[in-house]
Amino acid sequence: MSRLEHAPLAQLTLARIREFGREPEAVFWTFFFPIVLAFALGIAFRERGPERVWVGVQAGPGARALAAALQGADNLRVRVLEPAVAGEALRDGDVALVIVPGGARVTYRYDPTRPESRLARLATDDALQRAAGRRDRVAVSEEAVEERGSRYIDFLIPGLIGLNLLGTGLWGVGYTVVRMRTGKLLKRLLATPMRRSHFLLSFMLARLGFLAAELALLLFFAWVAFGVGVRGSLATLAFIAALGAFAFTGVGLLVASRARTLEGVSGLMNLAAVPMWVLSGIFFSAEHFPDVMQPFIRALPLTALVDALRAVMLDGAPLAATAGWLGIVALWGAGCFGAALAMFRWR
Amino acid sequence: MLSRSSPDPDLSSALPPAAVRCRGLIKRYDDVVAVDGLDLEVRSGECFGLLGPNGAGKTTTIEILEGLLEPDAGSVEVLGLTWAHGARALRERLGVQLQETRLADKLTVEETVRLFRSFYRRGRPVQEVLEAVQLTEKRRSWVSRLSSGQRQRLAVACALVSEPDLLFLDEPTTGLDPQSRRSLWELIERFRAAGRTVLLTTHYMEEAARLCDRVAIMDHGRILALGTPAELVASLGAEHVLEFSLADGGGGLSDAELRALPGVTRVRESNGRIALTVREVHTTVPALLDELRRRGASLASLSTHHATLEDVFMVLTGRRLRDE
Ligand SMILES: Nc1ncnc2c1ncn2[C@@H]1O[C@H](COP(=O)(O)OP(=O)(O)OP(=O)(O)O)[C@@H](O)[C@H]1O
Ligand SMILES: [Mg+2]
Repeated sequence: MSRLEHAPLAQLTLARIREFGREPEAVFWTFFFPIVLAFALGIAFRERGPERVWVGVQAGPGARALAAALQGADNLRVRVLEPAVAGEALRDGDVALVIVPGGARVTYRYDPTRPESRLARLATDDALQRAAGRRDRVAVSEEAVEERGSRYIDFLIPGLIGLNLLGTGLWGVGYTVVRMRTGKLLKRLLATPMRRSHFLLSFMLARLGFLAAELALLLFFAWVAFGVGVRGSLATLAFIAALGAFAFTGVGLLVASRARTLEGVSGLMNLAAVPMWVLSGIFFSAEHFPDVMQPFIRALPLTALVDALRAVMLDGAPLAATAGWLGIVALWGAGCFGAALAMFRWR
Repeated sequence: MLSRSSPDPDLSSALPPAAVRCRGLIKRYDDVVAVDGLDLEVRSGECFGLLGPNGAGKTTTIEILEGLLEPDAGSVEVLGLTWAHGARALRERLGVQLQETRLADKLTVEETVRLFRSFYRRGRPVQEVLEAVQLTEKRRSWVSRLSSGQRQRLAVACALVSEPDLLFLDEPTTGLDPQSRRSLWELIERFRAAGRTVLLTTHYMEEAARLCDRVAIMDHGRILALGTPAELVASLGAEHVLEFSLADGGGGLSDAELRALPGVTRVRESNGRIALTVREVHTTVPALLDELRRRGASLASLSTHHATLEDVFMVLTGRRLRDE
């Protein structure tokens, strides 16, 4: 202990950890927010067995018979709608398809760009044709596959880990540094022989103190609530997360390196974070973006980090297989740290 | 007596080396000249005071000396080193208390001092420093739960914990109650008695008079007068100040008539109050009363006090040091 007592880097890091730990709000956002988010998204997108979609039969002669024919279909739920409200129900997504009876000919009214509506059209048509006596020519049997590791929640959890590392890296550093600057504490520290690199490093090291708890909590929750597991080694996962925490703390330090007001730093943090939230494939695969954007998206630290986390969690990739991604993350961390050290405003 | 500090080659070889020496210091902010060609020499082992009203340029000067501000012109030498070359070695030997620092709210008193202690190669034990500023009882309290006077003492503790050779204190006693102020004075005196150097700023003349070996009176970024407190007061040529005002606000005596009273060396009037600088109260007061009675003027108030640095400042600038 007495050795630590005279080690400035250790004391600075301890100070960071204490300050953070004594700030209940910061702790809440770091530890519980990602769990709340995972829970909400996990529920919203949980697998519900075979998908059932609502279709509407527009009231009129023959409507009742149509509805009865559809009632038996596995993946459809049917309701009869007055013509006046049918259009609105379709627009609002209450039903995916409206069936308009018309004697021998029925009309399907739907938006073909909506996957759900296309599904509803196929299922409806199938059910109606069978009810009308169509016989299948090819015998088929089905084999349902529901593999762990391929569900949405499996995809989501590594993304949320990355997102949280980004969030705590930026918000954990930005406000603290600016508050220290406006309160002239930075100036006071400048008047001591403290090494400037120690000061900045302490933010990175302090993150380690919380990272283990943060990661363990989220992984445990994902496992208990949704059965999300880790295919690869936990040690590899922890290493990658630590690298990510370092890198995003570096980004946070750079963002906070010149700002003089909380508003200013808040704007800069959003500027840094929002593109990554959108582009880095947290909630849906980044592949959806056009090809011209891909090189840029791939170069973002959050994309690389989340790709590496997914490779370990979902595919059980060994550390060596993630080297390319980790290189990108490490470069961002080192680059931002160096830039922050060079341009940091101490008063 | 009243003198600009000027380098004196004959003297400087005999005296201990200067702890601080600066020449032609200038610092401008947009349209304000905060420090206007300042020369200063603080001798090793003395307690030196910068005394001046708000905006005089005390903080700007001291922060330039602390290496925290870049002057626009001029040279600074501290403990024989310059900021361009010996910055790190210099910081090891300085203790600094800024006029305002918001120390980390969520750290305890003890943790804060220990943090500052860790930056220095040598220093004093944390408990000893807390004892010295009388914060031992509060050592487990968060900084955010301290009173402003306790925070001020904590800031001084952080400056003392490195056992510095040179201590910079920027208005160390502002906001302290009389008892804390006196105990901080004693602390500074002990520090100086151990042969170390102190440079402090203040706008309390009684503080400067009690603590400082030498005082520089500053206004508008310049030094108006420099010397020991006794020298500065003696420069008034008289030891007492007699202030009075008349009931009807006027109809009294003219400047020349007042000056003709026995023992009067200076006459000043502001807001209907007349201040006479006098050599002996007991000769001037009867003469003044006689004169007023003869004219049928009646006194509203009359007071006398020993001449202080405040009076020196008033004579130099025509203003008071602080707004009462
Ligand atoms: N950062 C700044 N930007 C612009 N002007 C400044 C700045 N700092 C100080 N000044 C101006 O420089 C002058 C000297 O200020 P300084 O703080 O040195 O005075 P001071 O003697 O310490 O006053 P006080 O007793 O109020 O602390 C003032 O007129 C002040 O307005
Ligand atoms: Mg000041």
